[in-house]
Amino acid sequence: MTALARPIGRPRAASGPLRHHMRRFGAISAVTLVAATIVSAFLMPLAYMVATAFKDPSQLTAVDAPLYPAAPEVFVYQGKELKVYDVPTPDGTIHAWALLQPHREDAIFIDPANPGAGEITWIGRPRTLAQHWAFSLKVDNFTAAWETIDFPRLFLNTFGIAGLSTVGAVLSGICVAYGFSRFRFPGRNGLFILMLATIILPFQVTLIPSYALYLALGWVGTWWPLIIPHFFANAYNVFLLRQYFLTIPRELDEAAMIDGAGPFRILRSVIVPQAVPAIIAVTLFHFFWAWNEYFLPLIYLQGKPDLQPLAVGLARFNALYSQQPTLIQAAAIMAMLLPVVLFFLAQRAFMRGVVFGGVEK
Amino acid sequence: MSTTQAAIEPLPTSPRRRGGWRAVRERESLTGLVFVAPFIVGFILFSAIPMVASLVLSLTDFDPREPDEIHFIGLANYQQMLTDPVLHESLGVTLRFALLVVPLTLAAALGVAMLVNSKLLAGRNVFRTLFYMPMQIPLVASTIVWIGVLHATTGWLNYGLEAVGLPGPNWLQSTFWVGPALGLMGLWGIGNMMLIFLAGLQSVPTELYDAAKVDGAGSWASFRHVTLPMISPVLFYNLIIALIAAFQYFTQAFVVSNGRGDPDRATLFFNLNLYREAFGFFHMGYASALAWLLFVIVLGLTVVLFKTAGSWVFAGGER
Repeated sequence: MTALARPIGRPRAASGPLRHHMRRFGAISAVTLVAATIVSAFLMPLAYMVATAFKDPSQLTAVDAPLYPAAPEVFVYQGKELKVYDVPTPDGTIHAWALLQPHREDAIFIDPANPGAGEITWIGRPRTLAQHWAFSLKVDNFTAAWETIDFPRLFLNTFGIAGLSTVGAVLSGICVAYGFSRFRFPGRNGLFILMLATIILPFQVTLIPSYALYLALGWVGTWWPLIIPHFFANAYNVFLLRQYFLTIPRELDEAAMIDGAGPFRILRSVIVPQAVPAIIAVTLFHFFWAWNEYFLPLIYLQGKPDLQPLAVGLARFNALYSQQPTLIQAAAIMAMLLPVVLFFLAQRAFMRGVVFGGVEK
Repeated sequence: MSTTQAAIEPLPTSPRRRGGWRAVRERESLTGLVFVAPFIVGFILFSAIPMVASLVLSLTDFDPREPDEIHFIGLANYQQMLTDPVLHESLGVTLRFALLVVPLTLAAALGVAMLVNSKLLAGRNVFRTLFYMPMQIPLVASTIVWIGVLHATTGWLNYGLEAVGLPGPNWLQSTFWVGPALGLMGLWGIGNMMLIFLAGLQSVPTELYDAAKVDGAGSWASFRHVTLPMISPVLFYNLIIALIAAFQYFTQAFVVSNGRGDPDRATLFFNLNLYREAFGFFHMGYASALAWLLFVIVLGLTVVLFKTAGSWVFAGGER
């Protein structure tokens, strides 16, 4: 800033370029620091979740307890369990000493770091002292939550529903996108616009007749309503795939056609291998979406805990155990682990897909 | 008709013959339709027929527990909407929430997109991933995490507020604060918007900024007169998506209030009310009418936005 205000025409100092670099370095550090602060605040709830999941329930309500998982420290001295306190001494330091004998106006302590030094007499009211907390991870929350919500079953249910519906969504999406991108037929543009229009049709409009239909078919209380409709192509997936297919040169199709390949063969051996990034993006989108889905499993699998996916089981668990945040946060970690790990593994392909599908509209 | 003709005729050796062209065309049409068939069948089965059926059901008192006791009641469901205080409350809750959360998330997403687009930011890809990541956390799980963070006495948000001397409200139990609390939660869903803004920002030609600088524009002026007009199409897209999402809001409200709309109906969003009417009280005729009301609102908003778009959305290359 100050350098900018320098009068024009004054000879540049010899250190100009260096100064420029220094200033740029300063700006980069400042911006990065601001961004790091914002992102820490943004992700703070995750820190809360992890810390809470590893805490003993008693720590949540204890006064003076630290934010990280910890337990009040005890020290075993001559066969007795002594509580450890943070003891301030006149020289301004604070010691973690074990309380051997409290009195009203003074107390006798042992230094756990040096028990051989013997008893220390401290002047002050022991009742005003705060307990000393030491870092301590409690894994019991995870085992308890795992068993209480029957995590393996919920996980397999989610995996089954999300996996099967993803297979349907990807296969049908590829077929329909191929039809829209490579063949001319009467009414093609109208159909395509109709398909895009289904995006703004709220699912509630079709919800109740669909529910009545599935009820009549005996499908309420099964996975079918959550899987079968996905075998009939979804507008988002078709749109993204079609946009990608359009970028594949037609010469490749024509070369295969001259070699005698039919439409299916061209799709399988030309289009699909060329469109792997888009197919991966659509697979991930749909899988995550299905993993997340709450409303439809809630209504179709009501009262069937054995068939419910994680989202429904977790919400039920949350309602039942709202007084036990440590258990609930442990369960939340288990429910998000797979999607988050998958996201970090595939984030490039994934985030490119968001942009590709979004901006072109 | 012509397909049989093509079958009888010998296969055309050269597509230059008129009939041969037509046969090729027709085979192409047929193949295309076969590939598109899943969509056509799905549209008829899962969109068209249910739409008509839901319109019909909205004129009845359908109850799935007694499907044979269904009566045609004309427009009674729509009449009931006019005097249903719970519905009016749910519309108010949804509208107020939309007015809060749509501008909030749009501004946050644009701000973060500009931050992670800055050439002065080291490790931009890491930051992009981190700002996007919460979107990938299953909604029920992230809502549960936020319920903990917003807890009046043991939540970290109030610890932080206390540390700077502010009184922390009882976020989720207060009819006033539960809206802002859900708005805060909504910030975890800015990922897609941010990426779409980012792509918009990256497509602004740098020459425009250079030209603005030559004309003496400061950073605010170049944001106002270069960035905003140039990204107005993505802003428009994000606005529509955010508005539709606000009217579809359900999961967070359901988990926070255990499906009851607590406290005192302050989280009884339109969709939660619809769910309760349909699957709590089994008023499925009335719920179908509610679904159509929702459709009309969403469609109306979209149409209004598209109508006004001409005056503020800059379409490059047109005119």
